[in-house]
Amino acid sequence: MPRDVQLLEKGFSPGKALGLFAKAHPEAGGIASFVGKVRPDGDVKVLQLISYDRLTLPGMETLADEVETRWTLDGLLIHHRTGHMRPGAPIVLVAAAARHRRDAFEAVDFAMDHLKSRSWFWKREKRGDGWHWIEPREEDHEDAKRWDV
Amino acid sequence: MAVTVVFIGKLADLAGEDEREVAAPLSWSGLAGALGDDIAAAAADERIKIAVNGKVLADKTSLSAADGDEVALLPPVSGG
Repeated sequence: MPRDVQLLEKGFSPGKALGLFAKAHPEAGGIASFVGKVRPDGDVKVLQLISYDRLTLPGMETLADEVETRWTLDGLLIHHRTGHMRPGAPIVLVAAAARHRRDAFEAVDFAMDHLKSRSWFWKREKRGDGWHWIEPREEDHEDAKRWDV
Repeated sequence: MAVTVVFIGKLADLAGEDEREVAAPLSWSGLAGALGDDIAAAAADERIKIAVNGKVLADKTSLSAADGDEVALLPPVSGG
């Protein structure tokens, strides 16, 4: 299955990436996608995502492997930012093309739950009073556990 | 003859830098001597993992890094 897994150091356009993905998979019966953005609330001025070369992208590839074994897809796209982002900026785009919608929806949901809780990213945010490290959220771990077998 | 130690997230704040070269070999019991008591104490937190050349150790006390190896100290991930 063709897949496109990328760790991006600069801002990107999810709309453009999704358009190219759709064009690359004319055979698909449907495409599901999710875009995650820096939430524009509170006094967060900048979000910094930190990745580690030897783990982050290899971990995203392993996640794509797992998605491929669990669902029948025509194509899978995972683009994830690293570096500094402002509120409203896109962080992640996941898209799955499949013959049938259920496979596409579930593949995207699964990939997002794993990216949110088990991927190799660390983050901190800059507020009015300086930088704060962000701790893992319990809800994110619970979301990922739904898929454990 | 060195091991590169990579500090990530909060541990980089504690170390005051993103990476440091220390003398090889590097073992778990030699961590305090190589990196200082503060970093060794932080690394002992059960939530901190250690990777050698991109492989996360199942048991970090089995750390055994040789010349040319890259050792990463990994705080809990915060998610993407």
